Amino acid sequence: MAIKVEHELHKRRLDRNVGVGLLLASFVVIVLVLTVVKVQGLGDIREMERFDHVARPALEEAATRAQEEGTE
Amino acid sequence: MTDVTQQTGTYEARMGDYFALMKPRVMQLVVFTALVGLLVAPVPVHPFIGFVGILCIAVGAGASGALNMWWDADIDAVMTRTRSRPIPSGRVQPGEALGIGLALSGFSVILLGLATNLLAAGLLAFTIFFYAVIYSMWLKRSTPQNIVIGGAAGAFPPMVGWAVATGGIAPESILMFALIFMWTPPHFWALALFVKSDYGNADVPMLTETHGRGVTRNHILGYTIALVPVALGIAFTSIGGPVYLAVALLLNGWFLKGAVDIWRRDDTDSEADSHATEKRVFKISLYYLFGHFGALLFEAVLRTNGLGGW
Repeated sequence: MAIKVEHELHKRRLDRNVGVGLLLASFVVIVLVLTVVKVQGLGDIREMERFDHVARPALEEAATRAQEEGTE
Repeated sequence: MTDVTQQTGTYEARMGDYFALMKPRVMQLVVFTALVGLLVAPVPVHPFIGFVGILCIAVGAGASGALNMWWDADIDAVMTRTRSRPIPSGRVQPGEALGIGLALSGFSVILLGLATNLLAAGLLAFTIFFYAVIYSMWLKRSTPQNIVIGGAAGAFPPMVGWAVATGGIAPESILMFALIFMWTPPHFWALALFVKSDYGNADVPMLTETHGRGVTRNHILGYTIALVPVALGIAFTSIGGPVYLAVALLLNGWFLKGAVDIWRRDDTDSEADSHATEKRVFKISLYYLFGHFGALLFEAVLRTNGLGGW
């Protein structure tokens, strides 16, 4: 025999669980979109990579320009 | 014995009960004024960052509402107007309200700081502290000036909205703060004049109880007169303009007339028509605030289209 909802309490719990689930899902979406917006707002991403804790000579402006000229 | 029968003694809250803790009607005003503060600022904001900013301000306001309900549960249970709130009605446990209030306060301030800037986050944190601690825990039960000083908590949202956009404080944002700050006393005292018995039963020292209703009528008129230059002054700043000035003149005339009507009456007149004038002025005060901020928003829309302003 299938288990049935026995009490109105279960409805309240379901209501609350669905609410919390939706809130958490919304939070994930907000953080994701916020991250995308913030990263896009940085402009040229190489500006960030160039100062990524370790020197990246290959990303310096002169090197980048030379690379671009070389590929043309 | 099943799990269900064991727990039926304690009501388990629905999601809506938790939402009611956040004072959604107050939140409407907070969201609207914060949104106007954000949109009239001279610095454009990415729509999503603006959305997150307003969301954080709304959640922060809701958190302070939950903390207020946790602290005031004893007096809420006494007053007719607040008896059906989630805690006194038993739908939410006090500890839950405290937990929700603290968690959402931290969440909203941190997210606002990460999404926008530290000044906006700091202002929001101070607003929550001011409402929950300075107003609810200290002023509300100790002085008839409770709503005068406590009104600052409700006045901060447009300043926070402005800070979200600009990262700073300016005369315009201070004037928007001042508008709500000066508007709060006549608004609440008009309410106190027609729900008088409630505050008295709860031992909340509203001006009507401590100094009498005649003094309250004088104070309503005094604060409304003091409000007029603040409201009109905004018209001559960078966020004002002729449309705002016209709206402000109209609304201030209307509100001032209402305040004079209240001042001219005594309790006998008031009881005779079931506080009709007091109720009318309370309603006017709502139109007053929404009207001013609506006009500021309209001026901002005009400015973006090359119109508006002086």
